[in-house]
Amino acid sequence: MTNDFSIIGKPTAMVDAAGKTTGAGKYTDDLSLPGMLVGRILHSPYPHARIKRIDTSRAEKLEGVVAVVVGKDAPNPYGILPVGHDEYALALDKVRYVGDNVACVAAVDEATADQALELIDVEYELLPAYFDPEESMKAETDLIHDNKPHNLEKDYHHVFGDPEKGFAEADHVAEARFIANEVTHAAMEPHSTLAAFEIDPHTGKRGRLTVQSSTQVPYYLQHKLSLVLEMPMAQIRVIKPLVGGGFGGKSEVIPLEIIAAIAARKALAPVKITYTREEVFWAHRGRPRTIIDLKTGIKNDGRITAVKARVVQDGGAYCSYGVVTILYSGALLGALYDIPNIQYGGYRVLTNKPVCGAMRGHGTVNVRFAFESQLDELAAKVGIDPAEIRQRNLLQPPCITVNGLRVQSYGLPECIEKVVERSAWKKRKGALPKGRGLGIACSHYVSGAANSIIRSDMPHSTVNIKIDRDGGVVVYTGASEIGQGSDTMTAQIAAEVLGCSLGRIKIVAADTDLTPIDIGSYSSRVTFMAGNATLRAATEVKKQIAQAAARKMNCASEDLIFRNDQIRTRGDGRPRPSGQAQPGSESSQPSVSGRVEGQILRGSLQQKRKDEGPKDWLTFEEAVVAAIDFHGALTGTGSYAPPPDARGGKHKGAGVGPSPAYSYSAQVAEVTVDEDTGEVTVHKVWAAHDCGRALNPVSVEGQIIGSVWMGMGQALTEEMIWKDGMLMNPGLLEYRSPSSVESPEVEPIIVESIDPEGPFGAKECSEGSLAATIPAIANAIHDAVGVRLHECPFTPERVLSALRDKKAKKKLDLTEGIDPTSPARFREHGGSLWFHGKGPARHRLDPSRRAEAGLP
Amino acid sequence: MKKELIELRVNGRSRELAFEPSKLLLDVLRQDLDLTGSKRGCDDSSCGACTVLVDGIPMMSCTLLAASCEGQDITTVEGVSQHGSLAAIQKAYGDWGGAQCGYCTPGFIMTVKHLLAENPEPTEQEIRGALSGNLCRCTGYSQMYQAIKAAIDAEQKGTAAAK
Repeated sequence: MTNDFSIIGKPTAMVDAAGKTTGAGKYTDDLSLPGMLVGRILHSPYPHARIKRIDTSRAEKLEGVVAVVVGKDAPNPYGILPVGHDEYALALDKVRYVGDNVACVAAVDEATADQALELIDVEYELLPAYFDPEESMKAETDLIHDNKPHNLEKDYHHVFGDPEKGFAEADHVAEARFIANEVTHAAMEPHSTLAAFEIDPHTGKRGRLTVQSSTQVPYYLQHKLSLVLEMPMAQIRVIKPLVGGGFGGKSEVIPLEIIAAIAARKALAPVKITYTREEVFWAHRGRPRTIIDLKTGIKNDGRITAVKARVVQDGGAYCSYGVVTILYSGALLGALYDIPNIQYGGYRVLTNKPVCGAMRGHGTVNVRFAFESQLDELAAKVGIDPAEIRQRNLLQPPCITVNGLRVQSYGLPECIEKVVERSAWKKRKGALPKGRGLGIACSHYVSGAANSIIRSDMPHSTVNIKIDRDGGVVVYTGASEIGQGSDTMTAQIAAEVLGCSLGRIKIVAADTDLTPIDIGSYSSRVTFMAGNATLRAATEVKKQIAQAAARKMNCASEDLIFRNDQIRTRGDGRPRPSGQAQPGSESSQPSVSGRVEGQILRGSLQQKRKDEGPKDWLTFEEAVVAAIDFHGALTGTGSYAPPPDARGGKHKGAGVGPSPAYSYSAQVAEVTVDEDTGEVTVHKVWAAHDCGRALNPVSVEGQIIGSVWMGMGQALTEEMIWKDGMLMNPGLLEYRSPSSVESPEVEPIIVESIDPEGPFGAKECSEGSLAATIPAIANAIHDAVGVRLHECPFTPERVLSALRDKKAKKKLDLTEGIDPTSPARFREHGGSLWFHGKGPARHRLDPSRRAEAGLP
Repeated sequence: MKKELIELRVNGRSRELAFEPSKLLLDVLRQDLDLTGSKRGCDDSSCGACTVLVDGIPMMSCTLLAASCEGQDITTVEGVSQHGSLAAIQKAYGDWGGAQCGYCTPGFIMTVKHLLAENPEPTEQEIRGALSGNLCRCTGYSQMYQAIKAAIDAEQKGTAAAK
C-alpha cells in the first residue's frame, strides 16, 4: 500500500459541519410532527419501594391530557444485554432508584403534562435501600432484584498464569486500595425521542412505528422496541437524526425511547419526550464508582511479575452494560504491558441508585488509574524512571496475551518516546520547582469488540454503495454519527477507494429502513468495522467500474488507477501526479463541464469517442456510465466480521476484551499544586495516541484532545455526589464539567502503527486516551508535592487531606465549622448517612453549646 | 395565563406573535418561530447552548422572558450566515474541528460573534474568558481557539481584499 493518498490523511471538515455551525442541522428535539403531543415522565421519589397502587384517573380527566401510561401498558422486561433483561419501560411493581420511571403523560403541551403529573396518585410501601456496594453485597433480605442474591449482579474470578508464583518471584510488591468516584457523560444534548405510528392501508388499523431518537445504537433500539411492544422488527423504523454527543450515554436503550413509543400507541398520536437536564442525570448510565484493591509485583529490573486486582463496581439498580463493564475492567489489565500472571476478581453490585452503564473508556479507566499509579510507586521503589519502567514491560507483538487477547499493531513504544521527547521529560523531570510536577501514564482501548452483545454470526457492519449515471455516490451505512466523525470517515474511505472527490459522496446513515445493519457507535468500533465494510463495498463497485473502463481503454482492469475523478492506466509506469497537464486534467476537481459531459455521453459525444478508438483515460462519470451500460445497476456491498482468531479465549467471560486491534496512548501531564488550598492546576498534557492511521487528522486530534479533557474532568472536578440515593448535584454547574478557563493546553501527537487489518491501517482514536490522563495527573501531583492520591477526583479537599497526612498533622475534618448538624461523612456512600453524625452529642461548635461553655 | 400579541424582531425581521408573557425566549424561538438552531442544554443558564444576541449582547434565551425582548434586536445562529454562505467563524469552526457533535456550536458562534465585535484581536486568554459561559463536552475547547484565530485571519484578509 502506498502512502500516496488523495483523500485520507488530509485534514477534512466534517461532511455535516455546515448544518452544525448554521443551526440548520436537526437533532431529535428540533423535530416536530403534525398533531404531536409532549410526553413527560413521573419519576420515583424513593430509592426502593413497592408500588401498591397507581391512580391516574385525575390526571386523565385534565383538559389537554390525551393519554397516561403506566407499567402494565408494556410489561415485557428488556435490557441492553441478553443476560440483563431486568428493566421495564415503566415500573411494574417496584421502584429501585430515585428517578425510576413510574408513569408518563402525553398532553397537548409541556405545561399541561407537568400539571397532570401532579395529579397521578401513587401509593408506595418503602423498603430498606442499599447505597454502598460493599454493604449491598451483604444483603439477605429486601433484595433489589429477587433473582440476584446478595444484590450481586455478577462476579468473575479469573486466574491467568501463576500469580502466586509471580508474587513470590517479585522483589517488590505494592498493595493499595484505590477509589474512583462516579462520573457521567453529560452530553450536551439531553436525550430525546419522537415516536409515531402510521395507519396500515390494508388493515386500516395501527401499523408501522417510526422512532426518531438520540441514540448511538439504532439497531439495538429497533430490537428492544420489538421486544417490549411485541411488534415484528420489520414494522419498526428507527432513524437517528443528528446526535449531540453520546460518550456511551446513548449506547443502550434509555427508558424514554420506549416510553415515547408506548405513549404514542395509547395516545394514537405522535409523542415526543425530551429529558430535562436533571432527568439526564437520573437516566445516567455513566461510569460506576469503583473500588480497586490492587497488588502488583515487580523485579528489581522493573519487570512486572504479577498483578492481582479485586474490583467492586457500584452498578446502580439495573444490569445495563454492567456485566461487560466488570469484564472489561479485568480483561484490559492485559494487552497494554507484558504481564505474565494476572488474578482478577470482579464484582458488579446492585444498589438503589441510578443505573451505571458504558462510558468513554468503558471499564478500563478506573482500573488503569489504579494500575498506572501503583506502577509509578514501584518505579520509585526500584529507582527506575517512570517512563523507563513502562518501556521495560512492553509486549512483543504480534502476540497473544496471557488472558487471550491478540495484539498485532503496537504503537506504544513510539507513543512513550514521543511524549518523553516533546515534554522534555528527561531534562525537566525532577528539576521543576516544588509544587510543580510531571507525571506519565499509558493506556489502551479496543477498536470495537470482537464479539457482539448478541452472539451470532451476523457481520458487525454492512455498507451498501449505489452509483448512478450522474456519477453521484450514495453510501448507505448503519453506523451512527454522534459527533465523532463517523459519516466523514465513511465518505473519505469511499472517495479514496473510488478515486473520486469527497463532494460526490452522499452519506445516508442510521435509518433502519434504508441502511443495512450496523450494531452501533460504541466500543470505538466504527472506523475499524464500518470503515472496513465501506472499504469492501467501495472496492466491489470499483471492480465493476474498472471492468467497464478497461474495455473502453483496451487494457487490463488491474492496470487502472482511480484518482482525482479520473481513471488512468498505470501503463508506461510513469505515475502521473494530479493536476499534470493532460487532456481533461481540469476535471481534477469535479467541474460542471465534467458533469455535463457525463450526462450527454449517451448521445453524440459517446459516438464521437467511439469513433476515436480506445482512450488512455476516462473521467469518473464516463467510467460510471460505461459500467452501468455494461452491468446494469451499479451497486456494491461490503461487510465486516472480526476474524475468529481475534475473538479471545475460552474461559467464562472471555467474550469481553478481545478486539481485532488495540489503540495505544502515552501521556505526560504537567501540574502545579497549591499547598495552601489543595488546588491542582493542569498546565499542559502531551498526549501521543497510536490510531493506526489518521484518516482525518483534524478529527483524530479532536478526539485525542476531547478524551484527555474528559479524563481531566474526572481527575479534578467531576463527581456525582450522593446522599441517601439522592443525587446532590444534578446540574451542569454543580457537576462541574470544566469550562474553557479551567482547561489545559493539550498537545495531541498522532502515532501511526498501520494496523494490518484496519481500513488503510486505521484503529480507534476516541476512547483510548482518556484512561491515561487520570493517572498521569495523579503521578504529576506526586511529583509536585510528594503525596499519592488514592481517590479521584483530586479535589482540593482530598489533596489537602493527603498533604496533612504526609506532614503527620491532624487530619482535615471537612465538616468542621460548617454546619454543626451536618453528617460527618457527607461525601461518602454507605448506609443511611443522614443520621450519621447527628445524635445526642452536639457538635462543639453548636451555638447552644458555645453558650453553655461561656464562649462568645 | 392569557396570550398577548407581542412583536419580536428576530434576525432583522419583525414578527407579531401571540404567546404567554411567561414564555421563555428560547421556547418562542424554537416553537413559535421554528428557529431550532438555538439549543436547550440545561434549563438553568449553566451551559450556554441557547445563547442569542439581544441588541448585540449575548444572552441565554433559556432564562429570558421573550416578552421582555420586545423592541430589541434578537440575533440567532440562523442570522449569522450571510447571503447563503457561511460566515468566516462558521467556516473556521468546521475546518478546524471546533464543532464535533455540534449541539453547543450555535451558542459558541453567538458568543464568539460578540467577542469579535467587541475585541477584533483577542488574546488566547481573552478568548478563554469569553467562552467560559458556554460548555462543550466534546472538544476540550482547544480546536475552537484555532478556529477563532483562523476566522480572525480570514476576516482580516477579506477586509484587506475589500480595501
